[in-house]
Amino acid sequence: MDGITALYVFMLAAFTGYEVISRVPVILHTPLMSGSNFIHGVVLVGAMVVLGHADPEEPVQLAIGFVAVFLGAANAAGGYVVTERMLAMFKSDRKPGGAK
Amino acid sequence: MNTLIQLAYFGVAVVFILGLKAMSSPVTARKGIVWAGYAMIAATLVTFYTPGMQNYGLMITAIVLGGGVAWWSGRVVKMTDMPQMVAIYNGMGGGAAAAIAALEFARGGVHSPGVATLAVLGALIGSVAFSGSCIAFAKLQGIMTKTWRLPQQNLVNIGLAALTVLLGLAIVISGAPVPALIIAFFIVALALGVILTSPIGGADMPVVISLLNAFTGLAVGFEGFVLGNPALIVAGIVVGASGTLLTQLMAKAMNRPIRNVIFTPITGEAAGG
Repeated sequence: MDGITALYVFMLAAFTGYEVISRVPVILHTPLMSGSNFIHGVVLVGAMVVLGHADPEEPVQLAIGFVAVFLGAANAAGGYVVTERMLAMFKSDRKPGGAK
Repeated sequence: MNTLIQLAYFGVAVVFILGLKAMSSPVTARKGIVWAGYAMIAATLVTFYTPGMQNYGLMITAIVLGGGVAWWSGRVVKMTDMPQMVAIYNGMGGGAAAAIAALEFARGGVHSPGVATLAVLGALIGSVAFSGSCIAFAKLQGIMTKTWRLPQQNLVNIGLAALTVLLGLAIVISGAPVPALIIAFFIVALALGVILTSPIGGADMPVVISLLNAFTGLAVGFEGFVLGNPALIVAGIVVGASGTLLTQLMAKAMNRPIRNVIFTPITGEAAGG
């Protein structure tokens, strides 16, 4: 990706992030924080790629890569469980009978 | 194969944005996290097919250990202890972003000054998010009960931040990775996170965690640029921006401007009320 394209992607993603949650009610502040915490857990993908390309003969590289994947996986898994538990409290209290 | 992986990442980014949108309304919030969860699984699975990868054994071990520990701790924790769990998982994400930068430097994957700048920025923000979140966790968990404040706290903050930026600049200029320089950079960046968060009282912690969450998002986005991975870029920057807005909204709901939270903590001079 060249520099200018990267800059455009940055700008558009930033506006998207701002716009997408702009009407969040106060009651959802903490769950949404937790939910967005889960979404940046996609760092796991980047960690997997760098560990996958680390030199198997270099213990330092392997150790750093291992730590990166470990932390990324923990971010994703923990973020999901915690968010899901918080949001489970919101389920089926809006549409009685319509369990969808 | 590569095109398929890229298309999958594209789909994942779309679902993440839709999931986040769904999570900002009480009616759809629960669906939002479930969609995002499936997208995360898909992203992880397709990544295994990235061409030219090795070390699969180590990779799977790390995923099972890290994911397992976090899954278990997230399940057993009490509902009232949720905020500090968000803090620690967020810190781990920041740490992962910083570790990605460290490994890219160690294996010589950083070739241009532009990429090096982004890697250093991501590493700096990620490290601050990591150590800052650990302090936030320790405070909310009751491990760290005192809020200590250095004399001239704000001056120390600025000095340390300046030192980190200088070290980062030195890494970018030096071109070839100098291990001592990189290690010093990470130590100072981690210290900065500790010093920034330590004086902040427990009542302000949710706002701080939200700010550190936005930091991690930004760090992930920057490392996405380094790796040329659009899924990381989009998810990271979207979280960086929405996290910043959310921090402002939370601070407003608590009637405390963010500047007061960071620079004049409750325990300090307590100017006004």
